[in-house]
Amino acid sequence: MRTKHISGCTEFQALNRRHLLAGTTSLALWSLLPKAAIAGTRDPRFLTIVLRGALDGLALAAPVGDPAYAGLRGKLAIPREGAGAGLPLNDFFVLNSAMPYLHGLYQKREAAIFHAVSTPYRGRSHFDGQDVLESGLPGVTPSESGWLNRALGGMANAGRAEEHKGLAMGAVVPLVMRGPAPVLSWTPKANGLVLQEQTIQRLMDLYAHTDAGLAKAFAEGLEIDRVGAASAQGMAAAPAPKPAAPPPAGPVNQLAAAPAPTPAPAAAQAAPAAPPPARPFRDLIETAETAARFMTAPGGPRVGAVSFDGWDTHANEGVITGQLANKFAGLDAAIKAFADGMGPAWKDTVVLIVTEFGRTARTNGTEGTDHGTATVALMLGGAVKGGRVIADWPGLTEANLYEARDLKPTQDLRAISKGILRDHLGIPDGALASLVFPDSANVKGVQGLLV
Amino acid sequence: MAQRTPEPRDAATALRRFGLGPKPGEIAKIAADPRGFLLSALISPALARIDDSPELGSSPKVFAELEEARVEQAFMKAFGQSGPPNTAQGAPQPGAQPVPPTTAGMKVASAATLAPPNMMAGGPPAPAMAPANAQPANAQPNPGQPLAKVRRDALREETFARFNRAVATDIPFLERLVYFWSNHFCVSITKGPVRALAGSFEREAIRPHILGRFADMLKAVEQHPAMLIYLDNQQSIGPNSPAGIGRDRGLNENLAREILELHTVGVDGGYTQADVTNFARIITGWTYGQGEMVTEADWGRFIFTPGRHEPGVFTVMGKRYPIPGRGAGEALLADLAVHPATARHIARKLARHFVSDNPPPALVAVLEKRFLDTHGDLAAVTRALVEAPESWDAKPAKIVPPFDYTVSLVRGFQLKWQPGELNRLANVLGQPLWQVPSPKGWPDDNDAWMGPSPVRERLRIAEMVGKQVPGNVDPRMVLADLAGPAVREETKVAVQRAETREQAFQLMIMSPDFLRR
Repeated sequence: MRTKHISGCTEFQALNRRHLLAGTTSLALWSLLPKAAIAGTRDPRFLTIVLRGALDGLALAAPVGDPAYAGLRGKLAIPREGAGAGLPLNDFFVLNSAMPYLHGLYQKREAAIFHAVSTPYRGRSHFDGQDVLESGLPGVTPSESGWLNRALGGMANAGRAEEHKGLAMGAVVPLVMRGPAPVLSWTPKANGLVLQEQTIQRLMDLYAHTDAGLAKAFAEGLEIDRVGAASAQGMAAAPAPKPAAPPPAGPVNQLAAAPAPTPAPAAAQAAPAAPPPARPFRDLIETAETAARFMTAPGGPRVGAVSFDGWDTHANEGVITGQLANKFAGLDAAIKAFADGMGPAWKDTVVLIVTEFGRTARTNGTEGTDHGTATVALMLGGAVKGGRVIADWPGLTEANLYEARDLKPTQDLRAISKGILRDHLGIPDGALASLVFPDSANVKGVQGLLV
Repeated sequence: MAQRTPEPRDAATALRRFGLGPKPGEIAKIAADPRGFLLSALISPALARIDDSPELGSSPKVFAELEEARVEQAFMKAFGQSGPPNTAQGAPQPGAQPVPPTTAGMKVASAATLAPPNMMAGGPPAPAMAPANAQPANAQPNPGQPLAKVRRDALREETFARFNRAVATDIPFLERLVYFWSNHFCVSITKGPVRALAGSFEREAIRPHILGRFADMLKAVEQHPAMLIYLDNQQSIGPNSPAGIGRDRGLNENLAREILELHTVGVDGGYTQADVTNFARIITGWTYGQGEMVTEADWGRFIFTPGRHEPGVFTVMGKRYPIPGRGAGEALLADLAVHPATARHIARKLARHFVSDNPPPALVAVLEKRFLDTHGDLAAVTRALVEAPESWDAKPAKIVPPFDYTVSLVRGFQLKWQPGELNRLANVLGQPLWQVPSPKGWPDDNDAWMGPSPVRERLRIAEMVGKQVPGNVDPRMVLADLAGPAVREETKVAVQRAETREQAFQLMIMSPDFLRR
């Protein structure tokens, strides 16, 4: 490690790129940077939600005040009045009516919408676009870590005994949360067996001597059980669990590793488990509720990442009723579930919702939209200075569109993320411009996003 | 190429890296010539097929069933079944003879029968049918309705057939090639009717071609109804075609883009947005037969609809395609199939899938050259993969992904687990069958499968296995049999010193010798 050569930001960048590519060692660099002094009592929480598939920003927050909007969009245009009318944001923009809860937050000044936003990526591949979005690099470069994980190392510890860990919801850790800092990942489909302490110990020994990768993953898996069980106990203080009754499907009992060993699913004979009750957006809500549970647990992770798929609306987009409207309703329900779950901690919370790029300004031939460029980003939470649409609106006339087809980007998403990470999590500007978002010194973090 | 003397670990490599885990006795059986064991698979490509059967319908047959169910469902709706459709009350009275409605262009087929009462009773969904993620975008019909039943039944039978083949096969290398190509050309059951077609798609477009010409597989895939639906091409209409003029429907570039980005030349393959758009124009009119617009003989088959085809001659990646009708698209696919960027893309993916997240460049180069030299002869490319020393020298590093992992447990320990249970476990570990997260398919790197929760879940599954191995089986014998002579000393010691037999099996299954290949 040549860390001792580091003295200023310029050298930092040069060195830093190698670190990102090499993967695992950049955590050490944090020790060389000044930690932000953060007041002892605040305990900020930050969740990012990655919407995969390229969200149509013009369908979420519609620029009804732009004279070109209705013509470009045709049947996908949201009207100002009448059936499917948008919920008013200001004189120029309306919100899709499938998101009443978000609208309520906006009115309470707990939500802001950024428009005509994009990452530095200008191609139209989902996968490259997501890589740029999540890696935090200025272009398509292989990376083994994501910006949020690298940011973890810079958080002030504010009286905590342990270093910060990240939280990733889902069986696969999204790139934005991969990296040197430890991460808990939680999957909603756990089965109920209780692991034997003895076996665990022997397995840890075996891995310690043979396989560092498995050792790390396994230790973290066990940690999740512990945090999960502890937080579930905290939650379920009043009604004692009834081991005899088949527990309802839900995060509480998924997390409760300790009570009542479920009968071993002697798989050969096991009857198929009854399907969980159909509930709209069950998975989204469960994911959001559980993320909140982890992020409010004493000593639990304070920074999390969630990803929701399915925003690639090439055909029959259904902006007002149908496919995309349903997706918005699901996202709205997940936001509500998370906000409710955070309880009093909501006031210290920022949620940032992002997607890899936008969609064509014009409706395509199949009442959908193809891959585009600029789109929206959402910022919500009790710590947010909301009630605003923040945009340097580029306009929708042909000449104003990017490559004559897409909403033109006028804000760099990294400027928003940097503003939040600096003012909310206390990450210093120098680190943001080098470690977290490499080569981004010319992209200044937005000021004044938080209350 | 020079034959290499087999090393002790080669047999395990053949059965794990290139297989689905050894069955009892198998490592010893092939130890004399592990490479020959793999190469022998290449001379019997027909054994990779799974034929149609009463349970496994061809895509046209599945479409006919979907069509019948659609009519049936329209009947039910037309007669005001306002109650929940999946309850007995919602079912039409068997005796009632409804007057067929004549409106709404509904096809009133005499063949359309009312649902028998027992169909409406609706048994519990099969375990294989894990509850789909809340995906309203591609919502499946209500369970219990005829359309949903056709989709569910087809998916269940295809799922069972796939697991059964995986567990039973003596030529697992063929299955691994099927899985590789099926993931390369993936479709997802969360997209409407693809639920009913994912299995027949794999049997019709993938299995017959894994050792044939890449060009043939490419054409079969891109013209299969499942792919046309999954990537939206069946709705794409040329704006200046007879069907497009004066209407506000037109082009959809999804399939064209993914063919370039994912299926052939790759994202760095040197194409532009204009190439994507022109490609999309060229394949307008590529759709499949359904409904009353075509004869029943065309249901569920690729058709070219001239009325939707964009007129004109278009250039893609520097070449013009002045061929009328479907020929332009087929010529373009044929060019892409042998493009140097395609050779590089496929070579990289193959080496990465079978050997290492960061495959040796020499191996990639050999595969790329063989692909180019043979114009995409996949038998030759696969042979090069087996013959390359790098394929055998690399240390076992790749984490066995969930589907293969659950199958390997059943093969190795001769468990009586049913396909539905296996699919549930693969689901718990993050890899439900044919439910890929995106057109890019399942990730193919260790990080994707090494999340803490899934690794912990593997131990839970190992506990289940430990409880089910018969009481008279010696774990040390099993380890020697299934891991072979190259087993790690530490694993051997851990198994020997285990406190219980059950624990010995758990440690064995969770050892790097079993989790990596």
